[in-house]
Amino acid sequence: MIDFPILSLMTALPLIGAIFIFMIRGDEATVAQNSKFTAFYTSIFTFALSVYLLGRFDGSSADFQFVERYEWFPSLNISYHMGVDGISLFFVVLSAFLTPICILASWKSVKKRVKEYMIAFLVLETLMIGTFSALDAVLFYVFFEAVLIPMFIIIGVWGGARRVYSAYKFFLYTLLGSVLMLIALLTLYFQTGTTDIPTLMENPVTGDLQMWLWLAFFASFAVKMPMWPVHTWLPDAHVEAPTAGSIILAGVLLKMGGYGFLRFSLPMMPEASAYYADMVYWLSVIAIVYTSLVALVQDDMKKLIAYSSVAHMGFVTLGIFTATTQGIEGGIFQMISHGIISGALFLAVGVVYDRLHTREISRYGGIVKNMPKYAVVFMILMLGSVGLPGTSGFVGEFLTLLGAFRVDTTVAFVATSGVVLGAAYMLVLYKRVVFGAGENKDALKMKDLDAREFGMFVPLIFMVIWLGVSPGFVMDKIGPSVDKLIAQYESGLSKGAVDDAALLEPAAGKESIDE
Amino acid sequence: MELIIVFAPLLAFLTAGLFGKQIGDAGAQFVTCAGVIIAAFFSVVMFMDVVFDGDTRVITLATWMSSGDFQVNWALRFDQLTAVMLCVINIVSACVHVYSIGYMSHDKAKGRFMAYLSLFTFAMLMLVTSDNLVQLFFGWEGVGLASYLLIGFWNHKDSANKAAVKAFIVNRVGDFGLALGIMATFVVFGTVQFDAIFEQAEEMSALTFDFLGFELHALTTISLLLFMGAVGKSAQLGLHTWLPDAMEGPTPVSALSHAATMVTAGVFLLARFSPVFEYAPFALEVVTVVGACTAFVAATIGLTQFDIKRVIAYSTMSQLGYMFFAIGVSAYGAAIFHLMTHAFFKALLFLGAGSVIHAMSDEQDMRKMGSIWKEIPYTYVMMWIGSLALAGMPFFAGYFSKDIILEAAFAADSKVGMFAFWMGIAAALMTAFYSWRLILMTFHGKPRASKKVMDHLHESPSVMISPLVVLATGALFAGYVFYGGFVGSAHHDTEVHHEVTALGDSHVEEEPVDTFKWDKEHFWGEAIKVLPENDTVEAAHSVPFWVKKLPIVVGLVGIFFAYVVYLWREGLAVKIAAAFAPLHRLFFNKWYFDELYDRIFVTKAWSLGRFFSVRGDRKTIDGFGPDGISSLSMRMGGVFSKFQSGFLFQYAFIMIIGLFALVTWLMYRITLGGY
Repeated sequence: MIDFPILSLMTALPLIGAIFIFMIRGDEATVAQNSKFTAFYTSIFTFALSVYLLGRFDGSSADFQFVERYEWFPSLNISYHMGVDGISLFFVVLSAFLTPICILASWKSVKKRVKEYMIAFLVLETLMIGTFSALDAVLFYVFFEAVLIPMFIIIGVWGGARRVYSAYKFFLYTLLGSVLMLIALLTLYFQTGTTDIPTLMENPVTGDLQMWLWLAFFASFAVKMPMWPVHTWLPDAHVEAPTAGSIILAGVLLKMGGYGFLRFSLPMMPEASAYYADMVYWLSVIAIVYTSLVALVQDDMKKLIAYSSVAHMGFVTLGIFTATTQGIEGGIFQMISHGIISGALFLAVGVVYDRLHTREISRYGGIVKNMPKYAVVFMILMLGSVGLPGTSGFVGEFLTLLGAFRVDTTVAFVATSGVVLGAAYMLVLYKRVVFGAGENKDALKMKDLDAREFGMFVPLIFMVIWLGVSPGFVMDKIGPSVDKLIAQYESGLSKGAVDDAALLEPAAGKESIDE
Repeated sequence: MELIIVFAPLLAFLTAGLFGKQIGDAGAQFVTCAGVIIAAFFSVVMFMDVVFDGDTRVITLATWMSSGDFQVNWALRFDQLTAVMLCVINIVSACVHVYSIGYMSHDKAKGRFMAYLSLFTFAMLMLVTSDNLVQLFFGWEGVGLASYLLIGFWNHKDSANKAAVKAFIVNRVGDFGLALGIMATFVVFGTVQFDAIFEQAEEMSALTFDFLGFELHALTTISLLLFMGAVGKSAQLGLHTWLPDAMEGPTPVSALSHAATMVTAGVFLLARFSPVFEYAPFALEVVTVVGACTAFVAATIGLTQFDIKRVIAYSTMSQLGYMFFAIGVSAYGAAIFHLMTHAFFKALLFLGAGSVIHAMSDEQDMRKMGSIWKEIPYTYVMMWIGSLALAGMPFFAGYFSKDIILEAAFAADSKVGMFAFWMGIAAALMTAFYSWRLILMTFHGKPRASKKVMDHLHESPSVMISPLVVLATGALFAGYVFYGGFVGSAHHDTEVHHEVTALGDSHVEEEPVDTFKWDKEHFWGEAIKVLPENDTVEAAHSVPFWVKKLPIVVGLVGIFFAYVVYLWREGLAVKIAAAFAPLHRLFFNKWYFDELYDRIFVTKAWSLGRFFSVRGDRKTIDGFGPDGISSLSMRMGGVFSKFQSGFLFQYAFIMIIGLFALVTWLMYRITLGGY
């Protein structure tokens, strides 16, 4: 174990960077330049810490590691409690991995209010890492909801023409969910007297109450995912968000919903999770088929990829609620893989958007001639999104489907049809943008990737292929935590079956397992 | 050696693909050809090892996926079935690589083309050497990808791009079945590893499981799901529409991927799963019927097409139908036998057609050819050899393999077997007819090409002709040499058996093992499983005389008719077409499959998508959700409208205040709450 509070450091570091940027003074160009570099180095340093964290993580253990705990509101039994297990580890790393890429992606495309933009991104990073490493429900809630604010600002200030509408829609949806979750958290607290996540996980809620609690949590997480039918904020948010905003939105923010399901719904409310599982399956399956069909007819590149995200997240929710090893591991893997692939796809759209300033598919075509490097990059990412074996997309998709097949063959059958539709919309997109005779002269004048852009894609593509061929690096570390989660879930189920009406013993004051 | 066979083409692909600029076109051509030729050489060595010494092996390279009890390794499996496939793939691929140097000499992107060919070869090798279903799926989708890239190689052509996308998506429909089949296999057998599955197959033969709410026979369900994948990849009736369109790709691609190797992957998969299919009789019947119908329908379409490559494409589809109904009657050895001979003669035909197209300045329409045989004599001879083999004329490769399939179908002594036999005979008649229609229209008669094209007519360079010679050798002798091993009986003393045993023995003398016998039991070892009561190949050796000779007779009749219609009585073809106008229209329009699918699936998918997009998302969800609320609030005070036009920072500030207020309220509430 490491003897310094690495998680707090990783969480605080971007914030410190942001404060530094805040203090930069001078004429506009210098400020812009300095804030970019400060932001970039801060995020790189944070990423280096995350790599160190990854290296020091004990993959054989299912416990929370790098735990820090300080009293916060001792009278209320609320503490500042941080730690990661196999489930949250990779989300922390993913956040730290994507932020420097986002900052690089904005290097030239963001021209106004550069300083504020960089501050917003670093604050966002702090909040993301905080969300995934918080082990106290209140702390989690604060991070989880606060993430909205910088994202809201990023869309609202640096977004496209309809940015206000999109930001507002984004806010409205998520607010609805968060209010319900707050109520649920309060109820949970009043019931158990603790907000400590590991303790809550050990002591699942029983009885009718959990049915309501589950729905309240579900409202919040489903919006974040997003699940059908509360997904319509996502395409609009993506379309209007600047490139880097889309990367973070698709890459990390969507995963908070899935993470929430794994952290709260499944272990804390196992009976309700089992009870509502069928509903989740069908919502997921509808998401997969419905949004794939919608993606097929989009004329806007970003909208198309946004809808594909909804479909891919459908596999995640499907996998998680099968409560099988393959389903949950596949779900987590799919989230990580999707974070990389869809982030990279939005980056790829950003590259051509910067040149032609349109997202309309029909304005492109035949660009393989003038942008061969870009064509290769886009091709690999497209194949990853399609879920070709050998890319990371396949592993997650296949494992979730396998999990689903074990539980309900009909659901798996319908969900698997998504692989056909997924291939259809991505291939058609690629064909229309990259191939063809090239009738749009402007598109044919675009320059190929420069070194900075190519450099951003290299790590992303490397991850897509490496995780596709050798997913063990991630899977092995996830494994024990998932096994423990399933054990908790199943014991919760059997406990509930034996003693349904039994009240939960007050867990307050109980030592948590990791201390 | 094992690693070289599989990974040499991958290395070649990576070198040519990543460093294409540095090594130039010639470098790329050299690297890729060398990679595949080395792989081909070691494949032959491997074949000797595995078949003659019985030295089968599985090499585990690394863990791929491990999730709970679901374990998949990267592993290479070498048994008799794999060894045969390795030889076929690498030899044909080597020929096609070399041929492409000449064929693509005018193209700008030679390096890219060669790289794709090697990638394809690698994926195909991964497919046949895999020792579990998931790695097989990797190769399966990998060849799909390579095929997509190769069909769409001329990516400025819209038709090529459309064909490429169509091929990928139609294949994905099949893969949908295959993926479900893999999942079902895992659920039933608890593993996806071949040996472990096959060991348990017998115990599982009475098992039923719940699928889509029905209680179904497990092995039959699995078999049919796997078969669905095979139907897609091998262009069997139903999912065949991509294959003719795939001819948009350069001709070497058609030869390698859409004739010799990729499309036979389905046959390979089914032969590989013989231990499971043997316990799923209903699935076998379905395979037989689909295969027989494919053989027949494809042949009817082949009669009427004018594009030289499309004619050969439909003939490929038809021949694949033969392989499938062979599998259906449990004649796995015969199916693989035909797979091998077909790979040689069909690649020969395609490359020969490529040579014609090359000579005719990229003309593919047979109506604009004619009277060119004197100018391109080598190509002409090659096309004759290929056609004779395809039509199943005695002593050519196709004769041995097609006859044994028809005999096995007859010997199966079942309704579906008989159905397949007669469909196969009808298809054989048509095959002979359209093969000679092709030869006569292309090479004989009056010249119908423009003068410019005719003046430019030239025989292909030797770099294109020599691979043809290699393939022609295969088309001439492969049937005769391998008959005993692939399908020869260990018990019956048939005439052919004697000859071939003698030949096999001469091989054996060179080999250290003296117990080796050149018959199907020894040849296949454990790689193929046939239940004793299903051994139709054995029974095929003792079918009545007329059954044995009928294919030759109909073949000759077909050739004769072709001469009558296309050489001696010109104009008769048009009259016949007119006399049977409705039938001709049906055949010429490919039985309207494309139109039907377009109407049922493609248009529907798009209109559904539009419906969901506009009605579902925009009108219903947004209408009642956020937009509804926002317009409501606008009407109520205009406060929000001010927000929306105002400063976002202000807006955000309010949000932060709001959040703090919430948290404060929470704290306050809890403190007062008495805890």
